Amino acid sequence: MSAESTLLYLDGVSVSFDGFKALNSLSLVMMPGEMRAIIGPNGAGKTTMMDVITGKTRPDTGTILFEGGTDLTRLREAAIANLGIGRKFQRPTVFEPHTVWDNLELALKAPRRPLKTLTYAISRDDRSRIEEILDITRLSALRSRQAGSLSHGQKQWLEIGMLLAQDPKLLLVDEPVAGMTDAETEQTAELLCSIAGKHSVIVVEHDMSFVRALGVKVTVLAEGSVLAEGSLDAVSANQQVIDTYLGR
Amino acid sequence: MRRALRWLMAVCVVVATSTAVYAADLRPLVQALGSGGYSGTEKALVQLSEAGDPAAVPVIEALQAGDLYVRKADGTVVIARKAGDAFTLTDPLTRAALGDAPAAAVEKIRINNSLRRAISASLGALTLMSSDAGVRRSAADAVFKSRDASALETLTAAIAKEQDKGVRAAMEQARAAILLTGEAASKMTDAEIQAATDTLTARGDRDALVLLNMVAGSGASDTTKRSAAAAVSTLEQKLAFWAALQNLWYGLSLGSVLLLAAIGLAVTFGVMGVINMAHGEMVMIGAYTTFLVQEFFRAHAPGLFDLSILVALPAAFLVSGGVGIVIERSVIRWLYGRPLETLLATWGLSLALQQAVRSIFGPTNREVGAPSWMSGAFELGGLTITYGRLWIVIFAFAVFAALLVALKRTWFGLSIRAVTQNRPMANAMGIRTARVDALTFGLGSGIAGLAGVALSQIDNVSPNLGQGYILDSFMVVVFGGVGNLWGTLVGALTLGTMNKFLEPYAGAVLGKILVLIFIILFIQRRPRGLFALKGRAVEV
Amino acid sequence: MLLRFFLMGLDRKAGIVLTILAILAVAVPVMTLWVPADSPFHLSVFTVSLLGKYLCFALLALALDLVWGYCGILSLGHAAFFAIGGYAMGMYLMRQIGPRGVYGNPVLPDFMVFLNWKELPWYWLGFDQFWFAAIMVLVVPGALAFAFGWFAFRSRVTGVYLSIITQALTFALLLAFFRNDMGFGGNNGLTDFKDILGYDIQADTTRVALFVATVAALALSYMIASGVIASKLGKVLVALRDAESRVRFMGYDTESYKLFAWTLSACMAGVAGALYVPQVGIINPSEFAPASSIEAVIWVAVGGRGTLAGAILGAVLVNMGKSYFTGALPELWLFALGGLFVAVTLFLPKGLLGLGGQLKAKLPGRKTAALPNVQPANHTADQKGA
Repeated sequence: MSAESTLLYLDGVSVSFDGFKALNSLSLVMMPGEMRAIIGPNGAGKTTMMDVITGKTRPDTGTILFEGGTDLTRLREAAIANLGIGRKFQRPTVFEPHTVWDNLELALKAPRRPLKTLTYAISRDDRSRIEEILDITRLSALRSRQAGSLSHGQKQWLEIGMLLAQDPKLLLVDEPVAGMTDAETEQTAELLCSIAGKHSVIVVEHDMSFVRALGVKVTVLAEGSVLAEGSLDAVSANQQVIDTYLGR
Repeated sequence: MRRALRWLMAVCVVVATSTAVYAADLRPLVQALGSGGYSGTEKALVQLSEAGDPAAVPVIEALQAGDLYVRKADGTVVIARKAGDAFTLTDPLTRAALGDAPAAAVEKIRINNSLRRAISASLGALTLMSSDAGVRRSAADAVFKSRDASALETLTAAIAKEQDKGVRAAMEQARAAILLTGEAASKMTDAEIQAATDTLTARGDRDALVLLNMVAGSGASDTTKRSAAAAVSTLEQKLAFWAALQNLWYGLSLGSVLLLAAIGLAVTFGVMGVINMAHGEMVMIGAYTTFLVQEFFRAHAPGLFDLSILVALPAAFLVSGGVGIVIERSVIRWLYGRPLETLLATWGLSLALQQAVRSIFGPTNREVGAPSWMSGAFELGGLTITYGRLWIVIFAFAVFAALLVALKRTWFGLSIRAVTQNRPMANAMGIRTARVDALTFGLGSGIAGLAGVALSQIDNVSPNLGQGYILDSFMVVVFGGVGNLWGTLVGALTLGTMNKFLEPYAGAVLGKILVLIFIILFIQRRPRGLFALKGRAVEV
Repeated sequence: MLLRFFLMGLDRKAGIVLTILAILAVAVPVMTLWVPADSPFHLSVFTVSLLGKYLCFALLALALDLVWGYCGILSLGHAAFFAIGGYAMGMYLMRQIGPRGVYGNPVLPDFMVFLNWKELPWYWLGFDQFWFAAIMVLVVPGALAFAFGWFAFRSRVTGVYLSIITQALTFALLLAFFRNDMGFGGNNGLTDFKDILGYDIQADTTRVALFVATVAALALSYMIASGVIASKLGKVLVALRDAESRVRFMGYDTESYKLFAWTLSACMAGVAGALYVPQVGIINPSEFAPASSIEAVIWVAVGGRGTLAGAILGAVLVNMGKSYFTGALPELWLFALGGLFVAVTLFLPKGLLGLGGQLKAKLPGRKTAALPNVQPANHTADQKGA
């Protein structure tokens, strides 16, 4: 497959920490608008994969291209984020001293240079966009609450809201439903599905029912490389996958 | 072996007989010093010096100092020293006390300029002829420095008689120095000049270099100058080599001081992650403990003073370690996971500790003595190595090795590593983490106390002692890489050596500034130091 | 736009601070110059200079709080910027002495004549002009901070490491300024000033004017700082203090944000030093001592970091305490200061201004989580020790 038409293109990416190979010649391709679930046992390299895409970790070897041409291995985190790659961490990270509104305002797509933010005054469009996101994430009533005082689930939602405000082309989501109730899990699946199409999404998740609910193509990682790829049913039937991951 | 013995015996016999023979002969000559005015004294002086007996040296020295008198009652020549209104008399040769005499009872043997010259010459000659090799050696060295042409004759005679190789070499060097710089140089043959420059080159120190440079730049003949210039360049190379080696030694010595100061910090900061700004004060407490132990020895067992340091080591370890444990239990344990707050709180503690010591012991320096086995120096090739520094280097490495073993091989070390790597898991496995924390901090502080014992030997023991080391210690640990003892070792030695190699070119202060700037830039390049831990564990 | 910027930071607390400063700016000159000396309301010129000194320290604390309280950068080298600003002003004052020095040289300061220097070093040129010195007061500390910060933040030196290398920075400068060859008067520093802008520096009116200038500088800096904090940039700063990598993944180049705050803070510290020097009449290398930077940190901690008013309050209170102790009980001062460090970090993590919130949080029967907006803005920072 040529790299031009892809959104994200990883080829032969390897990373090692003190001799331990966290990623071993990993290759992965995402098309625009696609949604992908990544599963795999602990230490399979899921988080490291996100780290190399977002610039937190530099790969030892390999190619990572965004939108066919931009080499992500040379850019710093902020620059990569500004290309349109958003990331949600495993543990919800919101800015606790700030209000819900301020959190969203910070995330909102707007010029990111210091002098621009120093003189920033919120516009009517920005205001309505934040209102809209507050609506989607059901946080309208809590807009002036300090984010630190939100419940765990509310923080998860706020973080997803912040990613929406960021309006990325590609969204990396690390275990979005960890610690959520069943109802919240279902709502989150719905929300992610509604995002897909406009945005591309990579979801890393352990929760199989959640992955099933998403109903998208699944990539199984093991020991730093791709073990299998396909629909959830197909990979579940794969003997290798059963041996290394599901069967245990 | 047997030959050496026989030679030794022969020397003994010669010395013994000659002393016996001369001693009898000296008395009339000494007696003659007191009669006949200036000329009489001078005549007796020349005879005395020709007799070549070193026993005459104190007599002539007394004459030089104006302490030689004639007792009016019997005309005996005596040494008289003023004691109150009267004089105390001693026999110039036997040193036997001859009682007191009123000022009126003695008359000074006066000297003039011509006599003074004669006295110097005969003193030089006599000491060159002394039976004591040490005296001859220092006499030769004195001549080398003064390059007094009048000593040339005696020197030549002394060289001919000299048996001791080392002393003869020194005398030949002195002779070469006189020949090359004096008027004699113009009359010498090329071979003689070459021999003289060779002698000086063989001496190989800075004094020889100065001399040769002087010759090369003087109005001497071309041959002399050429030969001297060649010798200068040989010598300069040799000296540069030794200077580099000496610098390396100074660097090693400074590095081991830094290592001692930093190694405790490598435990508290490197292993536990606690920023202990009072670390320097733990060092200071160790130094004051040394002072107290020495005071005790001075008061109760002065004969065992040499052992005081050995007692001070465990004492300082326990005192500083104890203070460390108290600090950990009372302050630091509430601040785990808040490094910047820990930094501030321990800084406050350091201020209080300094003031406490200042209130108890006073603001001035306290005298800590060196045991005899730590004083003095020895020469190794072109190096001068003091025993004190040598012991500190050895001690620093010993402490380092002991700590390494303690951390790697003991149950306590295993617990420390377990707690620092995974606290909840260690807790779950039954390790009492709080106790391990306290003991680890105590260990780090105790090592700082040990450093204090060593530093008390080379630095002023004052309440500010620790302040001078705290920043350097942090630099060493950060530069070497936090959490890595080997990094601390390499860091300390590197920074020590770098400092000492920069000093000759940039001066001490600028050298230090350059090292600081180097570290600041280095930390920018490698924020985690020389030996950084890699991987996900550190990315918190 | 500038007006909007200043107004943005004006909340109730800012109102109180600015009102107090305005009262000081009016009352102190009146009480010193026009109230008769025997009146109980009379202030001596000595007291005015002392107050002016406190306010210079307050400005330094404000600058420090901007980076520590709002960016999480604990600088243990801010006294260096303060001292550099002070030296820039000292150089101007030195050149105003002119031929009135001991050696009577019209151009060279006394210490240069003493060192047998024949001409003024290039970096002393221009300092005979007040405007030039005033610019240098801002530019030199700012440029040093920018260069230092650019390297440090780019290579992600953070937390304790950064604190330690800021110590190294000020220590290196201390050693450098001690050297006579540096051309800043070595050990003795710069002193024996005669006049400033043509006015006798010892005159009562000049001293009062310097005090008013200090109040004005503090008020202006307070407005700038609170404006910055209230802006979106300020929100980014607070956000990166607590979760820097999250901010980075949102597309903010956190290094430039830190660099902005750091450089601004250094400039403010420089101004504080420049106002300090004419009021105390001397600047010497001891201002660079690592200990003075750490002492400034405790002012902020006492007042309450992350609150600009707290920084000012802490600086004034601690220095009043210092004046009292070093006069009355000099033996006890270091115990008091040391104890203050320990007590504040252990029992008052939010400082005096955070005390109210801390007490409220401890009241029984009230859940802190159910009380939005009661906690001071810095509460997460304390938990993480950032």
